[in-house]
Amino acid sequence: MCTTCGCGQTTDQVQTIQAAPASKEVVMRGLLAENDHQAAHNRAHLDACGVFAINLMSSPGAGKTSLLEATIEALKGELGIAVIEGDLETENDAERIRAKGVPAIQITTGTACHLDAQLVHRALHRLDLQGIDLLFIENVGNLVCPASFDLGQHRNVTLLSVPEGDDKPAKYPVMFRASDLILCTKADLLPFMTEFAPQRAEQHLRVLANAAPFLLVSARQPETLTSWLQWLRDELRAQRERLHAGHTTRPNLQGLSEPQADREGAIPGHTHGPRHAHV
Amino acid sequence: MHELSLCQALIEQVEAIAREHRATRVTHILLRIGPLSGAEPELLRHAYPLVAAGSLAESAELVIEPTEIRVRCQRCGAETPAAPDRLLCGACGAWETQLISGAELLLAHLELEAPDSAP
Ligand SMILES: Nc1nc2c(ncn2[C@@H]2O[C@H](COP(=O)(O)OP(=O)(O)OP(=O)(O)O)[C@@H](O)[C@H]2O)c(=O)[nH]1
Ligand SMILES: [Mg+2]
Ligand SMILES: [Zn+2]
Repeated sequence: MCTTCGCGQTTDQVQTIQAAPASKEVVMRGLLAENDHQAAHNRAHLDACGVFAINLMSSPGAGKTSLLEATIEALKGELGIAVIEGDLETENDAERIRAKGVPAIQITTGTACHLDAQLVHRALHRLDLQGIDLLFIENVGNLVCPASFDLGQHRNVTLLSVPEGDDKPAKYPVMFRASDLILCTKADLLPFMTEFAPQRAEQHLRVLANAAPFLLVSARQPETLTSWLQWLRDELRAQRERLHAGHTTRPNLQGLSEPQADREGAIPGHTHGPRHAHV
Repeated sequence: MHELSLCQALIEQVEAIAREHRATRVTHILLRIGPLSGAEPELLRHAYPLVAAGSLAESAELVIEPTEIRVRCQRCGAETPAAPDRLLCGACGAWETQLISGAELLLAHLELEAPDSAP
């Protein structure tokens, strides 16, 4: 029972324990090391299948599922899309996506306020990635926790909806620092919410040292999606070129603050052996 | 409340290290946590006893040391302290900076009680 005094153990062991001074162990380990390891594995799997993965994050109701519905509609026939939906409860969001004719896996997290690499890994095993170009992972609506967990995606996209107010980046610096692209959603409401100044929202983002593009979109006005769709096409093309060269990329992860050049590198676990090295 | 899952990861790592050293008890844990890590030290402290109960680290003292936010300017090269919501260069004011510390989530130091290892 009692490990300190060693009762219940033989006399020999008691003596050695008592004789031992507390040994000091110096360690330096990331608390998320296991998640990050799993995330790297997910990314290698996606890279092997040639799939470009995007993690969508926002507060609850900022318009993630609506944006996906409009995006699927716009890219129909052009790109193969699949969706992993993270939610506390319900299959609702996955059903909305399936209604658009796109495969969707729902992850219900129960009480967990974020997706993690393990959950996404399980979802990936239930998803046929044949013919898929783009995988969207809709994270749980939450501006705090999801930013800390790498899922294996290539890019982070954060939504900030007009009704939330333009100071959100200042209030949630961890999330907005970890974004490769900010979509200011529900832009159709700007005329009614004149207190929201898009330039001010963008300035709050810059002050976090984030150079990510800031785009205004509305799921209700498909013509506003042009820049977003172009960003997707450009990123997909860049990723294909990387994969062709045997490389991949990590997203802008909050813990690292790496310049883009440092985030690109050989695909782990898919490096060439000496017998078929490139010249 | 991802602090609960962070604590679970922490206890798993601490127990693994303790087992490697054939330790019977963990007495002291030092975490280094940056203000931009996304983890709240106060919530971690609350979650810790729940998760540590029954583990080798049940009675360990948990010390959380906040780290300083520091940025390196890509314009002038200066390394200066910064605030969580204003990561500007303290020397020239530019926003094009790179975070060099302040986002870490590290298990930095551990003290264990172990029997003398056999000769
Ligand atoms: N006016 C306007 N309303 C929108 C827009 N996009 C979404 N909404 C509305 O905002 C509400 C939430 O939209 P969702 O797409 O379900 O938001 P979500 O981020 O997926 O929500 P959760 O998954 O629950 O976090 C719905 O009532 C949508 O109709 C938009 O572009 N303009
Ligand atoms: Mg949704
Ligand atoms: Zn400077």
